[in-house]
Amino acid sequence: MSDYTRADVCAAAIADAFKDDGEIFASPMGLLPTLGVRLAKLTTNPDLVISDGESLFLAGTPPLGKKDVVEGWIPFRKVFDVVAWGKRHVMMGATQVDRHGNQNISAIGDFAQPKRQLLGVRGAPGNTVNNRTSYWVPRHSARVFVEEVDVVSGVGPARAKAAGAAASRFNDIHRIVTNLAVLDVGGHDDTVRLVSVHPGVTVDEVVAATGFELALPEGEVPTTREPSYAELVIIREMLDPKGLRFKEVPEPEAAK
Amino acid sequence: MSNKPRDKRMSIDEVVGSLESGMTIGIGGWGPRRKPMALVRAIYGSDLTDLTIVSWGGADVGLLTRAGKVRKLVYAFVSLDSVPLEPNFQRARQNKLIPEVVELDEGMFQTGLRAAAQRLPFLPMRAGLGSDVLVNNPHLRTVTSPYDDAEELVAVPALELDVALVHLNRADEHGNASYLGPDPYFDDLFAMAAKKTYLSVEKVVDTAGLTVDSPVQRLLLSRMMVDGVVETPNGAHFTTCTPDYERDERFQKAYAAAASGSDEDWQAFHDRFLSGDEASYQAAVQAFGEETDK
Repeated sequence: MSDYTRADVCAAAIADAFKDDGEIFASPMGLLPTLGVRLAKLTTNPDLVISDGESLFLAGTPPLGKKDVVEGWIPFRKVFDVVAWGKRHVMMGATQVDRHGNQNISAIGDFAQPKRQLLGVRGAPGNTVNNRTSYWVPRHSARVFVEEVDVVSGVGPARAKAAGAAASRFNDIHRIVTNLAVLDVGGHDDTVRLVSVHPGVTVDEVVAATGFELALPEGEVPTTREPSYAELVIIREMLDPKGLRFKEVPEPEAAK
Repeated sequence: MSNKPRDKRMSIDEVVGSLESGMTIGIGGWGPRRKPMALVRAIYGSDLTDLTIVSWGGADVGLLTRAGKVRKLVYAFVSLDSVPLEPNFQRARQNKLIPEVVELDEGMFQTGLRAAAQRLPFLPMRAGLGSDVLVNNPHLRTVTSPYDDAEELVAVPALELDVALVHLNRADEHGNASYLGPDPYFDDLFAMAAKKTYLSVEKVVDTAGLTVDSPVQRLLLSRMMVDGVVETPNGAHFTTCTPDYERDERFQKAYAAAASGSDEDWQAFHDRFLSGDEASYQAAVQAFGEETDK
């Protein structure tokens, strides 16, 4: 099956970020991360613990926006308990990410009087020093990937190390999945590194869409794997029959 | 003399009349969920000023900043969920209309309330380390573990409140109260972090009625934590108050459009919905609903 879309590639790449997590709380923010986590639960990691995004742990793996058998209760106060406990992998959004893997969702510009006030730091500071954290960026551009973020909300490895053992002990920035590529923070001096480019995307395109010097892997840059036939059936028939994923990642043809 | 605990029922005006300018007020609920909006609206229309507001923020923060009530805001986020960014809050931040802001991590916020509830000056945690929360809030300090690990942790200061305002589904006249939705949020913690707590509810029932069709675990607040009870049906509107009602998305859209529009747009919204008392608000909301149903 070669007629997969970019959104399918992203979902599979997100699923891969959760495949080795074992029996922990997978906490996706937003649509594609939710799709990817549920895909992981139905393929590589059936032990993943998933929620409705609100207050319920779901025993089954429902389509996006649907309910399922409840297997537990996870109100916000218990989320904070699990964050501190560490058995959690969150995939957050990011308005900005910098060369050192610091993330910003707080504000753009000077914090004292921002050009644009965003959400606030939310749980990013606590997530990044307590449990595994990944980011999802649906529009990879030099506006998102900047030399330095304006407000460090999520803490990258270099800042965590500089802040001491208590900050770096559990800091684990795992993956940054975008509409163009998969990245991590394995570059020299804990910098953001290209892991793979999605099928149909060139390394030059990713470099051009990144506002800092992107670390490259040694040798040839791999291509992000194609979703399997089974994964495509799960995505199309089970998890997202309405094609909600195309709202976040339009088909490459439609995006032009 | 009655042999029952005292009747704490109050009116909205009595609650707001007992507040003073300069107070630190914690507002329960979470973002656009189960907010004590009737009490917030009454503060919006009052002559109170210089308030410190402590909130996981939604339209409560939006309304109070728009009305210029807020001298200091303590928050981890301000969001309407289906409208991700709160336009009145954005406007206030971008125009520097809130003199002092304390933007915390969500978990730090809970820890600060816990410290206050336990009458401790601070509690340690990891959240904040390495982030700009410590840069933008120079009042925050770290503390070194006195044990062999010697870890340096954030000493989250107690978020002590003069008053907590919370909204639940049911209460008796004494202040025992239950939430019937999926999440208690942190309303018990707000109550214990505050010198006084005023509770608004959808319905006041007799004490036996609190557990007649609902498990005892749903009783979140004990009367020890509550100083006043206000019956305000639809009082969390336009936020959620599951299962009594869900968020009024159409109204929220109209609110967000007015808040992000011109001064005239906001004035028109204010004149239609916010210039009178709670009863006139509810009547205007009903008319709005009937109009948009057509």
